[in-house]
Amino acid sequence: MSKSNQPDAPTQVEIFRRMALLKANDERSRKVLSSGRLVMPYYSYRGQEVIPAASFVNLTDRDYLCTIYRGIHDMLAKGFPLKDLWAETAGRAKGTCKGKGGPMHLTYPAKGIMVTTGVVGSSMPIANGLAWAAQLSGDGRVAVATFGDGASNIGAFHEALNLAAVWKLPVIFLCQNNRYGEHTAYAKATSARRIADRAVAYGIAGLHVNGNDPFAMYAAAKEAVERARAGDGPTLIEAMTFRFFGHVFGDADKYMNPQDKAAAMAADPYPAYRTKLISGGVATEADLTAIEAKCEAELDEAVAFALDAPFPDPEELTRDVYGAVA
Amino acid sequence: MSDPRPQGKPEKSQATIIEALNMALADAMEEDANVLVLGEDVADPEEGGITGGTKGLSTRFGEHRVRSTPISEQAIMGAAIGASLAGYRPVAEIMLMNFTTVAMDMIYNHAAKLRYMSGGQTHVPIVIRTMTGAGFSTAGQHSDYLEAWFAHSAGLKVVAPATAADAYGLMRSAIDDPDPVLIIENMPIYWLSGERPQKGHRVPIGKARIAAEGSDLTIVTYSGMVHKCLAALEPLKAAGISAEIVDLRSISPWDESTVFASVEKTGRCLVVHEAVKPFGAGAEIAATVSQRFFGRLKAPVDRVAAPFCPVPFSKPLETAFVPDPKRISEAAIALVTGKA
Repeated sequence: MSKSNQPDAPTQVEIFRRMALLKANDERSRKVLSSGRLVMPYYSYRGQEVIPAASFVNLTDRDYLCTIYRGIHDMLAKGFPLKDLWAETAGRAKGTCKGKGGPMHLTYPAKGIMVTTGVVGSSMPIANGLAWAAQLSGDGRVAVATFGDGASNIGAFHEALNLAAVWKLPVIFLCQNNRYGEHTAYAKATSARRIADRAVAYGIAGLHVNGNDPFAMYAAAKEAVERARAGDGPTLIEAMTFRFFGHVFGDADKYMNPQDKAAAMAADPYPAYRTKLISGGVATEADLTAIEAKCEAELDEAVAFALDAPFPDPEELTRDVYGAVA
Repeated sequence: MSDPRPQGKPEKSQATIIEALNMALADAMEEDANVLVLGEDVADPEEGGITGGTKGLSTRFGEHRVRSTPISEQAIMGAAIGASLAGYRPVAEIMLMNFTTVAMDMIYNHAAKLRYMSGGQTHVPIVIRTMTGAGFSTAGQHSDYLEAWFAHSAGLKVVAPATAADAYGLMRSAIDDPDPVLIIENMPIYWLSGERPQKGHRVPIGKARIAAEGSDLTIVTYSGMVHKCLAALEPLKAAGISAEIVDLRSISPWDESTVFASVEKTGRCLVVHEAVKPFGAGAEIAATVSQRFFGRLKAPVDRVAAPFCPVPFSKPLETAFVPDPKRISEAAIALVTGKA
């Protein structure tokens, strides 16, 4: 890794701040769901926080994101306001989607969060279109599509990578390889030794990176963003990680190997990075504790705001199906 | 069916449907730099489409705006959706209607729903062009009318012109529209000439046209079937029957008020479409008209449509599949006389 691809000290702290927010949000989501105060389909991303936290510090609000149902970490790392997010996941009128999208379709264009899809693989073809728009207008924006390892086996992945390559689009395909596609383990579903190897088939750059290492993740994303902004085309990044919990909240995850899971949890990147920042003199214990406390306070406020907010009026049901014709 | 392509060029005051579509795209691209065209073979190095529908556009507006794509329907639709989210107005060509099935996730789960699922924060102003229709012996995977699938999808609009002027006007309205519009182009009538459309002409989506006036029954139809119904007027006239033909032009939304006004006058309604009959658009129209006019109709609403089978290859079978003027006039006579 070249020196220039290492995050500077403020960026290292910013990556931690985003990781702290993501981890706290996941823990709070599971807690609130368990309490019965909120009902929603919830796909925990615990264990995968480093990937968007360390990648998206390389992006601006104007860059585009298309993410998936297991994507709340991506959205928060891209700047989705916490109160609006919680209000939407609680199905409230004040949610960003007026309660009509929910956790699988969260949208916030002001931060470039254009599409959240509940269909495996569908983030990629749409990210291409956003990247095409950036290419046409020459505005320098980059589009990022996130998805899991399971999505690399669906046709949309292959169609999207091929088109992005032949059109040389400023797009980044960010695969979060958490070792399971729903309940099925990687090796049982995926022929490639590495998903990054599939980039070779399309003549594009493919990076295999430890997605639980903030520095490695930052460097890979930086390289991909620079390539896209320079007009040199797409990058496929395979970020290796591990999903700490089952596919969906409430799933007993019996299909997961208990040893693998225990090992992954023991190697939780969050406390490891925390320790590294302190021992490296980048931040003090007090600094990081203050960041964590701020996240918890923001969550207290967001959850209270969401759960106290009114539900949508019944008239909302058939609004926003079509727009007004000029 | 014989090849309907006319010998020689049409008169200047005339245009074929395929020419009218090309003119509409060219005029829209000239007026608005955000209008884009993408699809298989659409650019001029690829001959401007397999039927030449986009010929000349890439030469005039550049291959960055008129982009030939790989044979990748999901990628085509995804690119159109994404570009539209960023403010462009893409016209995505899915060569044949059967190939929309390959891109249904993009069309149905995304293009149709992003406005709603985002609470109106985003919208997808795209046009999906697609051609279809039996008559060229293209059999089971190149000829289907699947309009009911799309008309059944909240968030999509579906139009199906039958004349050059309507092809131009509906294409322009579809490009203007803030939501995804599917434009179904009947391939066998592509080279049919009609009045040359005026530049800038618009046909409002959801507005039908009276293709022929009459008093004994209302025939509701659209797309290529309009011409089969017009050809049925002669045998109907010989039988002493005056039929009014309503060319819907838009299938979703469809023009209930024009249909109601006609049925109010005639008291009888026959729906004609090329798609198979069960669960087709005709069922929706028949149910709506029957409910509205319950007790006042002179005969039950009837439908003429293709039988419930895939489109066959063999010429006599294909001919038997597609509703023709004979079947239409027989059904109309039975409806008016009460004799099957």
